[in-house]
Amino acid sequence: MTTDAPAVDDLLPLPAATFHILLALMDGERHGYAIIEDVEARTDGELRMSAGTLYRSIARMVEQGLIAEVFKRRSREDDERRRYYRVTSFGTATARAEVRRLSQLVRLARECGLRPENA
Amino acid sequence: MRFYRLLLRLYPASFRREYQHELEASFAQRTQGASPVSRIATAVTDVVPNALAAHAEILRRDLGYALRAMRRAPGFAVTVALVVALGVGANAAAFSLADFVFLRPLPFKDPGRLVQLWETSQDFGQNQLSPANYRDWKTMSKSFAGVGAYWRRAQNLVGSAEPRRLETAAVEADLFDVLGVPPLVGRRILASDTSAGATPVVVISYALWQGAFGADPGVVGKAVQLDGIPHVVVGVMPPTFSYPSRDFEAWTPLALRGTSFEDRTDTFLDVIGRLGAGVTLDQARRDLNATATRLRAEYPKELEDVSAGVVPLHEQVSGRARALVWGLCGAALCILLLACANVASLFLARATSRVRELAVRTALGAGREQLMRQIATESIALSVLGGAAGVALAWWTVPLLTQLVPQSLPVASAPTVDARVLAFALVLMVVTGLVFGVGPAIGAGRTSALDALRSGVRTGGGRTRRVRSMLVVVEISASVVLLILSGLLIRSVWNIQSLNPGFVADNVMTLRTALPRPRYDVVAVRARYYESVLDGIRALPGVQSAGFVTGLPMAMRGGIWGARIPGVTLKRGEGAASARFVTPGYFSAMGIALMRGRDIASTDLQSNGYVVVVSESFAKRLWPNEDALGKRFIFADSLRTIVGIVGDVRFRGLEQPSEPQVYMAYKQVPDSNYISYYPKDLAVRSSVPGVTLLPAIRRIIRAADPDQPISHVRSLTQILDGETASRVTQLRLLEVLAAIGLLIAGIGIHGLLAFTVSRRAQEMGVRRALGAQSGGIAGLVVGEGMRLAAVGVTIGVLFAYLAARGMSALLLGVSPNDPATIIAAAALCFAVAVVGCLRPALSAARVDPMNALRSD
Repeated sequence: MTTDAPAVDDLLPLPAATFHILLALMDGERHGYAIIEDVEARTDGELRMSAGTLYRSIARMVEQGLIAEVFKRRSREDDERRRYYRVTSFGTATARAEVRRLSQLVRLARECGLRPENA
Repeated sequence: MRFYRLLLRLYPASFRREYQHELEASFAQRTQGASPVSRIATAVTDVVPNALAAHAEILRRDLGYALRAMRRAPGFAVTVALVVALGVGANAAAFSLADFVFLRPLPFKDPGRLVQLWETSQDFGQNQLSPANYRDWKTMSKSFAGVGAYWRRAQNLVGSAEPRRLETAAVEADLFDVLGVPPLVGRRILASDTSAGATPVVVISYALWQGAFGADPGVVGKAVQLDGIPHVVVGVMPPTFSYPSRDFEAWTPLALRGTSFEDRTDTFLDVIGRLGAGVTLDQARRDLNATATRLRAEYPKELEDVSAGVVPLHEQVSGRARALVWGLCGAALCILLLACANVASLFLARATSRVRELAVRTALGAGREQLMRQIATESIALSVLGGAAGVALAWWTVPLLTQLVPQSLPVASAPTVDARVLAFALVLMVVTGLVFGVGPAIGAGRTSALDALRSGVRTGGGRTRRVRSMLVVVEISASVVLLILSGLLIRSVWNIQSLNPGFVADNVMTLRTALPRPRYDVVAVRARYYESVLDGIRALPGVQSAGFVTGLPMAMRGGIWGARIPGVTLKRGEGAASARFVTPGYFSAMGIALMRGRDIASTDLQSNGYVVVVSESFAKRLWPNEDALGKRFIFADSLRTIVGIVGDVRFRGLEQPSEPQVYMAYKQVPDSNYISYYPKDLAVRSSVPGVTLLPAIRRIIRAADPDQPISHVRSLTQILDGETASRVTQLRLLEVLAAIGLLIAGIGIHGLLAFTVSRRAQEMGVRRALGAQSGGIAGLVVGEGMRLAAVGVTIGVLFAYLAARGMSALLLGVSPNDPATIIAAAALCFAVAVVGCLRPALSAARVDPMNALRSD
């Protein structure tokens, strides 16, 4: 019988939102709205997550153990309500696995001579 | 922002609690400077899909959890699903029948306002109306928007695929108006059809159109013969229309005029009315009774003690038929009660054994709401599984219940599992699975997590055990009720089957050849037909005797005429007797004992003195202290001499009292008189199986009259069995339900005691260590089981008595408190309780003191 904690492979492929959140947290811990802004900036405004999507993803990722909440106040002027999240080592491993999976896909595509139109 | 906060309520509560502030903050930042409209749009497009997705995620997770839990305890899952299936199945089936018989509106326009009108009197109860009374009631009473009458009869149809015997009704033009059902094709019967000299017309049923006429689109205008008279088909009724009952296939015009109105005691019209706008049933009753009183004053002799009865059409179902259906519903409810008690008990036991698991999970941070939701998901999944199986069960059982639909109901179809039944089943699933499954779980969940962790598991059991004991008592009571009712009904059926019907049913084949008019209106022509058929049949090898009669017992239940003795005043009803014309050989074919005198003979002619054979009770009633043989009385307008006395026959059926019988000679009747009393039913007693004779009998009848249809081919045993068929169907169902009930109760006792023993192992170990014998310990367990059984049986007997009194219409020759039945049921219950105790008692006796003390 399997345990409740999932293995890395069980989570792949990662949903786009999950992957972006992991990327946003790679630099360090962030609060929710900062994640939204980071993702938006990183994708040149292409992916603009709604608050609902963000926190639904966060809830699931916390449960899966990909990220964890940071229980410490950042600074005095920081909004008290803000909650900060960081990537766990399992989260990093999962993100790496996803990158590996994606690059394998890209390699396969290249071998077939398939390239992005504007590349 | 307030709007957004409101929308957030769509999220699962746990999610909202966790992230509400964050969501609000993020939303505020994101929509900074946006217009109110775009803010609202953003809020809706953000919250709605995400909330739905969040719910779906949780449901998926909970279902996965439920599946894992089921896999961990498959016995528990299977038992719960099975019990729910039985509860839902039995009740869905019973509901489909009850809905069909009692609840569903009849297929007429505004059926709630339709009533049947009866002449009522103390001696005879409900009676049909005489044409004169019908005419006067119709014109004098003011309560009805319409009143219509019909006359039931049977006619031979020639001109369709093959000659057939039809149940038909001669209807007044108003009848179709009152029912408010337009024809599917063509037109209905009109007032002009009933005037003198009008072309005879017929409206046919959908079934007849589809069957005999092959759904011929040009059927309207087609000529057919009914009893030898040409009729033109003018219309086809829709498939839902079956009035007065589903046997009726054609409707002809009823012409009431002149002589029809002369005799106020000749009652043969069925009458229905539609209450006028705003008129209540009570008002109509008062109005009609005032009318009846006025008529009684006018015709004191004919209408002595005749008043008016008004009965809603949907209540025109006999008390017995009602009791059959209600009995089944009651039994199904017992099963539901058992199922609920059992499910509750199972979930309670499970909750208790999981207190620690739940406590640990709570301590690890799972919210109470989350745990409850998971338990609820599990029990919903189980009840949906069980409920689906239950619906399948009902689907399979309902066709078997058709036997219990009263024949008098004016509906064409048979009950099926439809949307209404499914909705009912859904309610049942929620009740059994959710209320009785989640309820106990929540109750157990209330125990604080810390308490549960701190104490041993053992202490969790006290309150639970009390509740479970109560549930076991409920289970035993319900199964005692089922057992006692089944027992009483079994004894009733035995009593009925052991009644002497007055004839010997074995080895008698019967069939009907209804002779059409006007061809057979001449007595000599009829006699030629009977004699040629009977001579041919009697010559067949294996045939012992054969004879014709107006109507076989239990096939024809009416036909009651009054006898008069010249110079003697009889009390009203005293001379009432069933009138039948018979050919020679009828009594011996039926095995009706000829006690004195002789049979009717073919030499009893028109020209001779009229003779009769009467039943014993007729002779005793009219000549109590004399020899009736040779006595004379007036019957069917003629003076007749008694030449023979035969045994009484229960012609009205095994369960109804029957009037005495008078049998007249088939030739001693003027031509064209008593047309509906021409002998038509043939009985053949043989030493070989009757079925093997049928081809030869058909050949003989065809030789006597090639156009003569043969119908109602069945053995006399079939007719007799038909008397108890609906009871036997109900009884089989009750027996199955009682067996199921007993099984569930047994499982309940066993489960509870096993639970007790496991909880009290330590105590028992101490007792053993202190020197208690293993027998004494086992006795403790058995004693507890017996105590519960005794309480349950006592309560059950009480309820069974109440239920049996409600079903007294079904009890025959056995009282609701029949001691033998009660003792047998109680004994059976105790026996099951003992069996349920055995394993727990044994395991209690085997408790090893050292082990029990060491554990925990």
